[in-house]
Amino acid sequence: MSTNFKLKHLLGIRELSADQITHLLDTAETFLDISKREIKKVPALRGRTVINLFFEASTRTRTSFEIAAKRLSADAVNISVSTSSVSKGETLLDTARNLEAMAPDCIVIRHSAAGAPGHLARVCNAAIVNAGDGAHEHPTQALLDALTIREHKGHLDGLKVALIGDILHSRVARSNVYLLSKLGATVSVAGPGTLVPPEFAGLIEQGVRVERKLEDAIVDADVVMILRVQRERQTEAFFPSMREYAVHYGLHLSHLSLAAPNAIVMHPGPMNRGIEVSSEIADGGRSLILDQVTNGVAVRMAVLYLLAGAGKQNGTKRTPAGKNGAQEKKERSGKLFA
Amino acid sequence: MRLLIANGYVIDPAQGTNTGKNLLIEDGRLVGLSSHSDGVPEGAEVFDATGLVVAPGFIDMHVHLREPGHEYKETIASGAAAAVAGGFTTVCAMPNTDPINDNAAVTRFVIEQAARAGLASVFPIGAITKNSDGTELAEMGEMKDAGIVAVSDDGRPVPTAGMMRRAMEYARGFDLPVIDHCEDKSLARGGMMHEGHWSLVLGLRGVPAAAEEVDAERNCLLAELTGARVHLAHVSTRGAIEAVRRAKEKGLPVTCEVAPHHWTLTDEAVSDYDTNTKMSPPLRSQDHIDALLEGLRDGTVDAIATDHAPHHADEKELEYDQAPFGIVGLETAVGLAMERLVNQGVISLERLVELCSTNPARILNLEERGTLRAGARADLTILDPELAWTFEVSRSKSKSRNTPFDGFTFRGAAVATLVGGRIVYLHPDYTRVIESHRAGTFVS
Amino acid sequence: MDGARINRALARLASEIVEENHGLTDLVLVGIRRRGVPLANRIADKIADLEGKRPPVGILDITLYRDDLSTVGAKPIVSGTELPGDVEGRCIVLIDDVLYTGRTVRAALDQLIDFGRPRRVQLAVLIDRGNEHRELPIQADYIGKLVPTKKSEIIKVMLTEFDEDEGVVIVERPAAEAAA
Repeated sequence: MSTNFKLKHLLGIRELSADQITHLLDTAETFLDISKREIKKVPALRGRTVINLFFEASTRTRTSFEIAAKRLSADAVNISVSTSSVSKGETLLDTARNLEAMAPDCIVIRHSAAGAPGHLARVCNAAIVNAGDGAHEHPTQALLDALTIREHKGHLDGLKVALIGDILHSRVARSNVYLLSKLGATVSVAGPGTLVPPEFAGLIEQGVRVERKLEDAIVDADVVMILRVQRERQTEAFFPSMREYAVHYGLHLSHLSLAAPNAIVMHPGPMNRGIEVSSEIADGGRSLILDQVTNGVAVRMAVLYLLAGAGKQNGTKRTPAGKNGAQEKKERSGKLFA
Repeated sequence: MRLLIANGYVIDPAQGTNTGKNLLIEDGRLVGLSSHSDGVPEGAEVFDATGLVVAPGFIDMHVHLREPGHEYKETIASGAAAAVAGGFTTVCAMPNTDPINDNAAVTRFVIEQAARAGLASVFPIGAITKNSDGTELAEMGEMKDAGIVAVSDDGRPVPTAGMMRRAMEYARGFDLPVIDHCEDKSLARGGMMHEGHWSLVLGLRGVPAAAEEVDAERNCLLAELTGARVHLAHVSTRGAIEAVRRAKEKGLPVTCEVAPHHWTLTDEAVSDYDTNTKMSPPLRSQDHIDALLEGLRDGTVDAIATDHAPHHADEKELEYDQAPFGIVGLETAVGLAMERLVNQGVISLERLVELCSTNPARILNLEERGTLRAGARADLTILDPELAWTFEVSRSKSKSRNTPFDGFTFRGAAVATLVGGRIVYLHPDYTRVIESHRAGTFVS
Repeated sequence: MDGARINRALARLASEIVEENHGLTDLVLVGIRRRGVPLANRIADKIADLEGKRPPVGILDITLYRDDLSTVGAKPIVSGTELPGDVEGRCIVLIDDVLYTGRTVRAALDQLIDFGRPRRVQLAVLIDRGNEHRELPIQADYIGKLVPTKKSEIIKVMLTEFDEDEGVVIVERPAAEAAA
């Protein structure tokens, strides 16, 4: 194990090394055990403050982060901001600076705008954890998916993973593609032509197999991940009807016969039963959807522990917010040239 | 009052001049060229231009000065100051102010404000349709009488081919070029960066190159149908360049401009969500940049225009989704053209002058500008092709600071700007002229 | 202290533990990661030799209970805790290699109590560096060897489970570290 984790923020999987990912997963694995104890709490983050700043409704993810923080004895504060009030209210950065003035150790942020967590990281001393930003990344989801796969398959190296559905708008798909490929799995994707851009093949150096038909992506897959389909995509003319989607792009039992023996089925939730996944699969033995939820808490504990707990000794001193911004910008500007 | 620009290298593509000459100015007009060895005329002050390039004043045919309506971003006075600081003697103000310049009253207001500022010349561009909403034609004739030099609905491109046809036919009657921002909104679909690898990585909605190209092709077809003069604003894609090239081969009156950021940065620059990389059209991929460079080189591109679009820091500090499109560009255009085009051997200095002065004057029928012909206005842009300098946005004359080029270094700058024979700007890093001027060391 | 002497000390600790607890009823040995774990197993083996039955052995990882989280390395490694069954009402013997400031034992006690309410908790250590270093009111019930040391010294316990050699040595703390 390498001895240098060095991660100040968790903004995405794309910028992590395989070692860092493995360390996060190993740590999460040890935390699984805490949730099984009678006293589901350890004092590791006693006195630390974690703010869950959610600009998008998400009961599941917010609860998961809150439980994770509390099991580590951190003080968790939840702030839900409806995005509709953004235009008349204060800006994201104003909100961030205000929170920063209260000296939190960690801010977990969910936002509909891609890049919002990075925006925060530039002005905050607190560790920033991306809990999903637009169609960009959802790193803790990919980590919990990986932990779930590792639990069932023992490893990720050499596995074939099929991602099915709305790839274009999915932050889960992106984070998973980065993580799986970094740990040696190969990825194929399939879904309606409007939602699976061919350019996705070049997302990573190793390449992603982009298939038009579900069957071609699922053949020999060890893991099938289904992505949630948003109803509003129909009104945006990405597909004609939910019914047609269910017939042509929903996962049915017959598909699983094409997959590798003992293939597992995953879904980031919440599910549209009968649309992207049939109920027989959702409730069947191959579905690990609830394991994913359990693992979500352990993964988020690991992330908070390694960032909020250990983040400080990396020589980071509290400096007035934003002071470094201009300097950093100058350093970055050189590489902007085409 | 007489001023001799002495010992410089004079480039004026309009007359085919490209040689070492002295240039005499009298009462705001150009008198003519003389040899370096000729003496200083009676009573003339001398500007020592040894090692400098003397060119007809640069014309930026695409800027947003925000006045009236958004004076917190920029005013005509601050925009004009930024223009001369960047080496531009003339700028054309797009009509998307508040109210929109779709009638003669607004046109006159802009012209009066510019006269009051007294730095760069400002020519307004009128709207094509009332309120730029694409349904009824604006009063182009009245606006022309008041002083507009072209019509455009700018960021709200005329949505239908039918409406554009009428606009072209009508504008033709006043010999006004129709400038179109080519963007099919149904394809752009709220996109905020170039659609491709980086939009996928960043999870930002992309604008495909085709959104620009569909409209570019449409406008070229309509130019053929109507015979009107059509100018495509800030062309950023290979397909649009090719459309213009084909139109020119057919002899159609189609021209186009390119903005400096589009040949300098790729869409990879968006990768840390800096909202100063958000503009419309967006930064494109390298292949498109290569096509722009080829167009600049081979003559397909007629003009360099900045699309100077000031926005307040508070607006640009928003999330990438919500930040407005556009960057300031008046003070970095010459630096980026020298650094990326001239120094890289893409174009010659003569071609640079053509793109920045000769052609914009021709497209906009600005007869007294874009040339050093005797009798023309004494608008001059004086370049030092060797001056190394760093752009610091904190020293910008614009009211806004939205640029991705803060801290960039360049070789080559506009060191002096003369409007109507008056030196209205000297580059802060450039002291030689003032010293020699003061010391009176000029020797013929 | 060489391997043979470590072995003899562990044998003595095993017999003292059995004697003090009147046999194996409710007895659980709990090693504190890392070096307490093999020591606990070795003591359990020796008890098995004496009594014909091996007491259950558990593992405590105190990383999450430390009071110095922000001064440990940049990458804390959490290895997990495994306890055999319920601790409620049991006689727990915590086992570690070195007793120094007492802070590790404090963390171990806190963690143990989160798992239930043991009837009694005792402490066995291979090396006790002496009372003068103690920062908390904690004493060992079973001591392999008392080694009075200076603050400037480090005790290195080497066990074949982790190290090439077996033995206990005293080394001088590097100057830079001592100054800090």
